[in-house]
Amino acid sequence: MNPTLRIAGKDLRKEFDRRTVFRDVSFSASAGETLLVTGRNGSGKSTLVKIICGVLSPGSGTLTVTQNADEPPRESRNLFGLVSPYLQLFEEFSAVENLSIAMGIRGMPFDPAAADALLERVAMFPRRHDQVRTYSSGMKQRVKYAFAMIHTPPVLVLDEPMSNLDGDGTAVVRAVMAEQRRRGILVVATNDMSDIETYDGRIDLNERR
Amino acid sequence: MSAASPSLRLFLRSTGAVFLKDLRSELRTRYAVSALIMFVVTTISIILFSLGSEGASTDALSGMLWVVVFFAAMSGLSRTFVMEEERGTTLTLQLLAPPGAVFFGKLLFNFVLVTGVNAVTVVLYAAFINGFVIRTMSIFVVTVGLGSIGFAAAATVIAAIIARANTRGTLYPVLSFPIILPLLLSVIDATRMASEGAFFGEAAGEFQLLISYIVVVIVSSAMLFEYIWKD
Repeated sequence: MNPTLRIAGKDLRKEFDRRTVFRDVSFSASAGETLLVTGRNGSGKSTLVKIICGVLSPGSGTLTVTQNADEPPRESRNLFGLVSPYLQLFEEFSAVENLSIAMGIRGMPFDPAAADALLERVAMFPRRHDQVRTYSSGMKQRVKYAFAMIHTPPVLVLDEPMSNLDGDGTAVVRAVMAEQRRRGILVVATNDMSDIETYDGRIDLNERR
Repeated sequence: MSAASPSLRLFLRSTGAVFLKDLRSELRTRYAVSALIMFVVTTISIILFSLGSEGASTDALSGMLWVVVFFAAMSGLSRTFVMEEERGTTLTLQLLAPPGAVFFGKLLFNFVLVTGVNAVTVVLYAAFINGFVIRTMSIFVVTVGLGSIGFAAAATVIAAIIARANTRGTLYPVLSFPIILPLLLSVIDATRMASEGAFFGEAAGEFQLLISYIVVVIVSSAMLFEYIWKD
């Protein structure tokens, strides 16, 4: 557990082409907590997820991330792991190669044994050397979990976490969520309340337009 | 060791990994190389058939060489960003790498690609085009080297801009032409000098211009890239 780990958003606002997607969004979450993001289609869940992960800038407001002082500081992009339907893997490479490429680009050392263990966990070990383009959408979703967790991110962000997954895949994701709650912060964006068992804070974007 | 060193090492590692990812992807798929080589072979064939046994002036032959290089580059160098956009992996890269590492990684890849294609172009052009002779090899080698860096630098940042546009196929050469024109004029002039057998020192002015162009394009691109790349 990271006792000082914390993310906080204050008065976040985002507009596209003068259309306000959301405004006055404030939240905070600390280590061991789960933040739930809900809202109807088009309410800005994915936009907020991208802002939290640092790949999109808010129009106004601030997002701060406090790292655990007891651990070596990380580059801000290496604090987050993201799983979402719109995040694509490098399809001409295998699952193992994708994990190796991800760690290389993050500037972190790649541990093949850790990659194998992760792929075993998401039940993709037997197909780990096949190109991603040959996988079904459910298999790609499973590899995305390995891709998001290979650098053991303090903050794991899941957008529509169960999409394309069968019963076994859903069970794997529930175990991943439970583990992330123990070691860091979990952010889940979904409309399906059956995706998540417990949460500590909730952002309802229907109320922030 | 300075405090900035770990960040610099991390940045260089990310840059190298982006370059290697693109290189391995290209070796596996050969999207850009196939397009570039086919373009070079086709264009040189057309020039060959047009000229027949007739010769052309040194000026015209130098110009035509770089016309081939320009359009070949336009047909292949945008792939590095367009492919990411088409495959939906732009967000993946945004999540993994700092913008500068993406820019320099892709610049390095485009440089390797354009240098390889230029080498093939020059060999084919010299072998098949009647009357194209290089008398001062040192001028020609430096010109092709600096020209390759210049093309890669300009093409990389323009590719990043047009990758987000709907009309990227036609927009790329149109947007590139005014930006690459100063580079084209210099390399054509330096190639003419190499063909005419000028002394190396006589081409110094062109080399200074090419180096200045490269520095300005790379520095300004690196400064602007984050704004092109992020939102």
